[in-house]
Amino acid sequence: MSWTGKRQPRVLPGFGLFLGLTLTYLSLVVLIPLLALVIKALAISPQRLWQAATAPQALASYRLSFGASLTAAAVNVVFGGILAWVLVRYRFPLRRLIDALVDLPFALPTAVAGITLTSLYSTNGWIGRYLARLDIEVAYTPLGVVVALTFVGLPFVVRTLQPVLEDLDSEIEEAAASLGAGRWQTIRRVILPELWPALATGFALAFARAVGEYGSVVFISGNKPFRTEITPQLIYAKLEMYDYAGATALAAVMLGASFALLLTINGLQRWAARRQAAFGD
Amino acid sequence: MSSAEPLSVAPAVTRPATTESAIVRVLLIAVAVGFVALFLILPLVAIFAQAFERGIPAYLRAICDPEALAAIRLTLWTAALVVPLNALFGLAAAWAIGKFTFRGRSVLITLIDLPFAVSPVIAGMVFVLLFGQRGWLGPFLQAHDIRIIFAMPGVVLATLFVTCPLVARELIPLMEAQGTEEEQAAAVLGARGWQTFLRVTLPNSRWGLLYGLVLCNARAMGEFGAVSVVSGHIRGVTNTMTLHIELLYNEYNTTGAFAVASLLALLSLVTLGAKSVLEWKAPRPRPGIRRRQRQQP
Repeated sequence: MSWTGKRQPRVLPGFGLFLGLTLTYLSLVVLIPLLALVIKALAISPQRLWQAATAPQALASYRLSFGASLTAAAVNVVFGGILAWVLVRYRFPLRRLIDALVDLPFALPTAVAGITLTSLYSTNGWIGRYLARLDIEVAYTPLGVVVALTFVGLPFVVRTLQPVLEDLDSEIEEAAASLGAGRWQTIRRVILPELWPALATGFALAFARAVGEYGSVVFISGNKPFRTEITPQLIYAKLEMYDYAGATALAAVMLGASFALLLTINGLQRWAARRQAAFGD
Repeated sequence: MSSAEPLSVAPAVTRPATTESAIVRVLLIAVAVGFVALFLILPLVAIFAQAFERGIPAYLRAICDPEALAAIRLTLWTAALVVPLNALFGLAAAWAIGKFTFRGRSVLITLIDLPFAVSPVIAGMVFVLLFGQRGWLGPFLQAHDIRIIFAMPGVVLATLFVTCPLVARELIPLMEAQGTEEEQAAAVLGARGWQTFLRVTLPNSRWGLLYGLVLCNARAMGEFGAVSVVSGHIRGVTNTMTLHIELLYNEYNTTGAFAVASLLALLSLVTLGAKSVLEWKAPRPRPGIRRRQRQQP
């Protein structure tokens, strides 16, 4: 009907209508509200913005938010990596059930995860009471933030790695083995190099999710300024005090970080897809 | 020092297998299962254990409390409004993006993903900046006695923002992988646009759509951060289930908090079950495979 495209005629109708609907809806629900934040940030004097964004309490919150997110993502790369490997390569009882459970952090509301982890790791909780004997405190410390963010980021590494591991060509491994490589050598020289893009993507996804996370952290962190206060919590506190300028400055910093991460992840995913397409068959 | 080394090389060749030794395998499985038990299974058990700590009557009392029921009602209403809207958006976006190629296509996909990159607190905050008392439209809304922030519309808007990509994300790769051949055939045979969509495209992507709906619903009912910013925490009025849980927990009513939480935990288990069934019914297209199919002329 319509010949909107330059190169090929479009047999299917509805392109204009549906694209228009998509753009309108996305603008109303997501883009215009986000634009309001950007405009708000631009309306504040740069001095004021800089002051609010670099206040000692803000700096402490970035350190915790980004530091704990990096730590949690790293923990997830190690244990999520092992989990993905085991789920793809080995057969053992309850494998299917464990595989399905990996998505629990996606499905479980963050507030529910938050109160549950707090009760588990507080000094009289199921886990916290044993750790207390070892003089390890988790709830209401930065370590608690790491625990919550590890929970939240767990599925990202596993779910990014699994399809890549499934597609891995066993012939390359067999070739390496038949050429005399030990198992460890094969893993390090043959398998791991193919996994790097997926591992990096999973790490970035888990990190991006953790940086913005709020619900699962606020309960276990205790929100002590300068010590266990994450940036989203600080934004929240400023909003409650009607300090819109301060909240906007912090939100601008977080948005900047999020966009940078989003672009990084897109790049990583393209790299991973290229790798997979090249090695697939 | 190094003179003894060459001798030890020989045994390495005796196991050229392409798998690890049994000990390593068992060890890795133990680590993985231990990690899952500690981080996933134990919390899940803890939710239900604490919900039923004081017996079934106390559990039922906590859930049938008028404020809890009001919170459940608000959560259900919010999901009932948000999920269909995002489903329609998802279908429209998937049709336009999955079935056609145009300039700015990948930019649009990135824009749809934006809400995932934004912290939930910021997602709520943008609506406070727009509609709050001191926001852009605050004076106008006040003059006309319209309440958005600290009222249900704010809750719905924040939830819409956060869950916006979920259906679209499931459907776009699916429609892209399915291509346009069947639709073209239908069009050539004289089907109208809507007929093609309802009879060909929709049935073909029904499992993906259902999967997106399930995910969107779970997220809509479980959203906390964004909703927390805009709701104002008015007991029995603007408190959703998650906000009610927070309230009870902060009041040291642990049993009550976990009783309401157990309902959401149950929902997440149903979601996981549905996901497993749907993935088995219709495997999701993989990025690598999709790429290859699209390159075909």
